[in-house]
Amino acid sequence: MARVEERIDAGFVASTAPDEAGPRPRGDLARLPWISFVIIAVMVFVAVLAPLIAPHSPTEQSLPDKLRPPAWEDGGSAKHLLGTDVLGRDVLSRLIYGARVSLIVAAVALLAGGGIGLIVGIVSGYLGGRVDSFLMRVVDATLTFPTILIALLLAVSLGQGLQTIAIAITVLIWARFARVVRGEVLAVKARDFVALARVHGCSHLRIMTVHIVPNVLNTFMVLLTLHIGFVIIVEASLSFLGAGIPPPTPSWGQMVADGRSHIASAWWLSVVPGAAIMLVVLAFNLFGDWLRDWLDPRLRQV
Amino acid sequence: MQRFVLRRLAQSVVLLFVLALIIFALARVSGNPADLLLREDATQEDRAHFLHALGLDRPVHEQLYLFLGGLLRGDLGESIRYRKPAAEVFFERLPNTLQLLPLAMVGALVIAIPLGVLAAVYRGTMVDRISSAIAVVGIATPSFWLGIVLIYVFSIKLSLLPSSRMGGPSHYVLPAITLGLFLVAGMMRLVRSSLLEVMDSEFVKLARLKGLSQTVVIWKHCLRNALIPVTTLFGVYFALLITGAIVTETVFAWPGVGRLTYEAVIFRDYPLLQAVILLKAIIVLGVNLGVDILYAYLDPRVRYA
Repeated sequence: MARVEERIDAGFVASTAPDEAGPRPRGDLARLPWISFVIIAVMVFVAVLAPLIAPHSPTEQSLPDKLRPPAWEDGGSAKHLLGTDVLGRDVLSRLIYGARVSLIVAAVALLAGGGIGLIVGIVSGYLGGRVDSFLMRVVDATLTFPTILIALLLAVSLGQGLQTIAIAITVLIWARFARVVRGEVLAVKARDFVALARVHGCSHLRIMTVHIVPNVLNTFMVLLTLHIGFVIIVEASLSFLGAGIPPPTPSWGQMVADGRSHIASAWWLSVVPGAAIMLVVLAFNLFGDWLRDWLDPRLRQV
Repeated sequence: MQRFVLRRLAQSVVLLFVLALIIFALARVSGNPADLLLREDATQEDRAHFLHALGLDRPVHEQLYLFLGGLLRGDLGESIRYRKPAAEVFFERLPNTLQLLPLAMVGALVIAIPLGVLAAVYRGTMVDRISSAIAVVGIATPSFWLGIVLIYVFSIKLSLLPSSRMGGPSHYVLPAITLGLFLVAGMMRLVRSSLLEVMDSEFVKLARLKGLSQTVVIWKHCLRNALIPVTTLFGVYFALLITGAIVTETVFAWPGVGRLTYEAVIFRDYPLLQAVILLKAIIVLGVNLGVDILYAYLDPRVRYA
């Protein structure tokens, strides 16, 4: 009998040990993913101070200097650390200005999409009933639908630009926010202080804005952070497909697309900006995971 | 059951109707639809004739009536670039995409299931950490870039595989990998978490009490149940692949409907783009509907959920 139990234990060590859901050390500063944090800090720094840092103009063409390889390759020079593109533009400078575009688009789209999601989630969760079931049906429909097609449609019909891409990404993400926020609101609504506020004579609007919002703010911040990487990838994909910020403004997705036809002779044109996207998205995602563990571990299932 | 099917069908139809309205509205808020729907070299006379022929000089509600009527008759407009009905262009390209999707799906499953199982069985160990690292990196990798890097390594540096267009079996390798990897990270995490859940259940304890080996318990008893959530998400994966194919087919010059979407965007071929979007939406919604009905049939709980 003992042997059987031993075997069971041996087999179950893996599955009964506390998983993420169990009591785990909360994320704190000691567990901060430093590398991610540094990557994000560098990106933000570089994007804000782009005109001071970039060695060249991102749009200035210089045909005699075209297709120079990066400095460490044969034929490269310190003048263009990451080489130049077909029009002789400095890849490093374009990368630096491209960081700006990625961050601006991410910020605008997240504020708009997240904001709409927050409002819909609160209204839906707080009011409940018919409003709730209608809004959640819209959310479900948006989530099952390949919304990126709508984003492409927007780009073609409204014309390319920051505004268009921000609207497109807003359409893509608001429903994700709405659903999670609604879930949180349902939990908050059931707590005593909401009923007390009602008894005290607070209007529904006041309860939603003053009492509910602060209680879902942590969740909301974590969701925002977790979506930065996603939004950067979506923006890059739309730019790659010719539906993003129009040239000559440099964006990373556009740079990858431009380098595609020169991949055999000038690999750095596509590989470098793509690697930048990957690194930054990775950093934001890991940072978001940490923030979630710190502020709102229950969100793990999301 | 009948009621469930009818309700889901009605939902899909409503969704398509809303989409048609969005397309209709977008063509009009952006200014004159003639600019979107006509060739650039059209003369003033052409424009007037065109506006009249499509009824664009009539009140909006009549225009909507005409537009929806056209859709119901299967008239999705004419592609500017190909100068033939947009729906025809779409269905010429569709088979090429349908050849790629199953390969990508199978490829993704073949990678994701073993990795997910290993991660669950050896939870907390190096194996788990490595596979979750693969997932984290996979999510952060833009698939358009991955495709280009694969071309650079396998076609240009190693000259092993063709880089673009359709052809023999070797032409399918890189596009299928690029498209499939798009799904791997998500699938792997799902397999891992649902397997962990199943491994905790009573019947698994019973299987172990019977003295079955670890291999049999995991691969036969647990995995079968753990794969249920993966199969219910088939519709979602299908939708992801349809949209993922836009980028993959663009990178590999694959003449499918994904590449067609890209062409419609690049050449500002609005009639083609709206047709492609409506038809893709019909396919995705149809597949989702089919999957849902199948599950409602197999599992009565779904019907009342």
